[in-house]
Amino acid sequence: MTRLQIRLAVAAAVLSLAAAPYVLSPFSITLLNYIGIYSLVAIGLALLTGVGGIVSFGQAAFVGIAAYATAWASALNGYSPWLGLALAIILTCSVAAILGVVTLRLQGHFLSLSTVAWGLAIAFLFGNVDGLGHFNGISSIPPISIGSISLVDSSQIYFLIWGIVAASLFLGYNLLNSRVGRAMRALRGGNILVESLGINAFKIKLLTFVIAAFLASLSGWLYAHMSRFISPGPFDAGMGIEYLMMTMVGGAGSLLGGVVGATIVTLLKNSVQDYLPLIAKGASGQLEIVAFSSLFILFLQWARQGIVPFAAQYLPKPVRERPLPAPPLPRRQQPTPGETLLKAQGVERRFGGLVAVNNVSFEVRSGEILGVIGPNGAGKSTIFNCLTGALRVNGGDIFFSGRRITHDAQSRIAKAGIARTFQHVKLRPRMTLLDNVMLGTYCRTKTGLFAGAFGLDRREEASAQHEALQQLERVGLGEKPFEIAGNLPLGNQRILEIARALAADPALLVLDEPAAGLRRQEKLRLADLLRSLRADHLTILLVEHDMEFVMSLVDRIVVLDFGSKLCEGGPAAIRSDARVQEAYLGGVA
Amino acid sequence: MTSDIAAILAIDGIATGAVYALVAIGTVLIFTVTRVVFIPFGDIAAFTALTLAALDAKRFPPTGGLIVVLACLATLVEIISLARAGELRLLPRALLFYLVLPLAVVGIAWLAVRADPPLAVRLVLALMLITPISPLLDRIVFRPIADGTVLLLLIVSVALHFALVGLGLLFFGPEGVRTEPLTSLSLEIGGVLVSGQTMLIVIAALVFSGLLYLFFDFSLIGKALRATAVNRTGARLMGIRPERAGTVAYLLGSLMAGVSGILIAPVNTVFYDSGFLIGLKAFVGAIVGGMTSYPGAAIGAVGVGILESFASFQSSALKDVIVFSLLIPILVWRSLAALHSEEEIEE
Repeated sequence: MTRLQIRLAVAAAVLSLAAAPYVLSPFSITLLNYIGIYSLVAIGLALLTGVGGIVSFGQAAFVGIAAYATAWASALNGYSPWLGLALAIILTCSVAAILGVVTLRLQGHFLSLSTVAWGLAIAFLFGNVDGLGHFNGISSIPPISIGSISLVDSSQIYFLIWGIVAASLFLGYNLLNSRVGRAMRALRGGNILVESLGINAFKIKLLTFVIAAFLASLSGWLYAHMSRFISPGPFDAGMGIEYLMMTMVGGAGSLLGGVVGATIVTLLKNSVQDYLPLIAKGASGQLEIVAFSSLFILFLQWARQGIVPFAAQYLPKPVRERPLPAPPLPRRQQPTPGETLLKAQGVERRFGGLVAVNNVSFEVRSGEILGVIGPNGAGKSTIFNCLTGALRVNGGDIFFSGRRITHDAQSRIAKAGIARTFQHVKLRPRMTLLDNVMLGTYCRTKTGLFAGAFGLDRREEASAQHEALQQLERVGLGEKPFEIAGNLPLGNQRILEIARALAADPALLVLDEPAAGLRRQEKLRLADLLRSLRADHLTILLVEHDMEFVMSLVDRIVVLDFGSKLCEGGPAAIRSDARVQEAYLGGVA
Repeated sequence: MTSDIAAILAIDGIATGAVYALVAIGTVLIFTVTRVVFIPFGDIAAFTALTLAALDAKRFPPTGGLIVVLACLATLVEIISLARAGELRLLPRALLFYLVLPLAVVGIAWLAVRADPPLAVRLVLALMLITPISPLLDRIVFRPIADGTVLLLLIVSVALHFALVGLGLLFFGPEGVRTEPLTSLSLEIGGVLVSGQTMLIVIAALVFSGLLYLFFDFSLIGKALRATAVNRTGARLMGIRPERAGTVAYLLGSLMAGVSGILIAPVNTVFYDSGFLIGLKAFVGAIVGGMTSYPGAAIGAVGVGILESFASFQSSALKDVIVFSLLIPILVWRSLAALHSEEEIEE
């Protein structure tokens, strides 16, 4: 699909939505209003769950906080609904921020379980706090007025609801294609990856969490002033599950999926209510929930990915133009060749009783390629993880450019100029090559959340794209920048990681077994690439098993064995060292 | 609060906690063997109480109908999956396990009800009727997505809970039940009157946890279950079928939940939807144990019971808010204590 076709499709969708109140029955409009209100929550949840990988069962509680806040302000205290909106947003986002600070460091399913916990706790509060109407709820909530027009009729508030939905989608898609959005899309790759790019993973998670809560608060505000009455029921745990259901039915990774999911679930619920009594005469309302839950379970059994990603397979792929040349991003001042760039001093790391790295000291000088070798289990990857901050050291010190970085956070070390690749490739398999490499430019760019969402980042974005394309060309992957990274063979995925690391314009490049999985010709090309990087005054530290590759490439070698440094020196000296031969071959013949 | 009141609250809490503990142990058992966070155990406990109440009233429990429906569904699912795998020769076995056995249980119960059995037989009948439900649900709902992520299984499990609540209302009706106490004894311990029912709850919880411990440590099936919990692939290579281990786990778990339902029925009025809070609080206890440790889950569940008891003394309206809010610091603590492994989310 070309850009023009996409625009035409969007315009058609907007026009038909705008025409709906003049064509459809009032009942259908009310239904559409509910769909819009649910869509807002589902869009937020798609961002949180699908993009960020944080599964939340508690969004209904955020909707409830906003609805109760605005109802309290407007119905009980007589303020304007617009003041209610301000209160709803501030209160919801503050609660979300506090909950996020406490829980977002939790791992895996602990995090989702905590959303169940606070979702339930908040839902119980609505019915039990004095002054909020208990289980009878709050009635006679005033309608929203814009100027002198009071949005009483469902076809009037319709435009407000769907205007907000359209704006959320527009801003959301802008955001996802901006610098901060790319960081959000990287979250699913795990903290180690995200932090290694100089991104503060916790901050991005918190941001995503608060944005989702913000959308939920808009939904709650609209809900309260549309239905003019609220009670605890629509904000309980069951509704929290239903929002998750909408998101998953639509396809969790896609914002549009939120709207599609909300539409399907709402219509389905509605038709279950309509048709179930026809099938089973005299069935109570409870059969609805049985039918509905069963349908959802069947859906998850047969179509886990959701509808939008499923349908997208059959649509023509969007045609994208190669990025055009743009002004370059600012570059780092490289250190003077020959001076000490990185210094490890008596570094020690233990795992329980096992000393994986024991009192290891060495230096990396600017402009050289230093190889770290050693038999399996020698502690090579462990010391790499210590140097880049992915693991805490138990003893010793690490200095980079004369500054002590021993206890620095991983993202801070990355910002200081150390870029790395991983022994087990960590890429975002669903993102394009270009987007993967652009992740590397995170530290060199500045666009914030709002600039990204409102599309004010075009210049910087063009520069970052151009930079990423240049790095792809530099490593030899420049032919198909819009290929999906997961489609590359393993060897090329390693090369792609190098391009991503180069996009950060590092002073020190740390490569963990870059030649593993490459064929001979590819290894030779990689060696040429690394030599050309050295010629550009880049410093490289690498772990590698292929001796021919290491010996022909590096300036100096450090040999590790059982966690301790055995020796260091030039390739020739290492090759003839009796201790090294013993470590590798088990004794000198 | 005087020390007397505190003692009464503590004893009350321990009794409630012991009920949660039984369900919590079942939850941990299922989670370790199948990775499913089986929220519906609370519903199983509530259904047991309702079944027992029906038996007490000399009615045939509606649970029988539920089992017949589930057994037919499970058989259908099994036949389809056998047919797709081209293994229809296994059909007689499938029919035996998924249709004949559950229906036999229903048949026995149907015959026994007419004989006006004594209490002990009624208890056995109630447990017999409740145990087939979860294994059948496992076959229908979880087996087709056994390879899914923990989160997918969790979401399905929550959806299943809602379906069960709906079914509960259809089959059992909206009336709450309270069964007759199993014993009318009471004892004075340290100046506080303790009812026989409370002691029975605590003793039953201890006995069943003890039996489970013996089962795991000394029987071959128990060891197979533990092996499956540690590593499914490894267990498969040793000739253990994870599916069968799952079924055994569900049977055992249902038994624990059933016992807890029987114990709680004379103390609290049980409705068709009472299971959710029982299940969730047991689950909170299980999380305290990190979802992997049985003693940890039991201690956690008793802790939740005591907390709930004291919280309801302070503010009965907010007791659930207090219990679930406290889960968050517990989760933070558990997450910090857990090994920091890098977990990537599968796509």
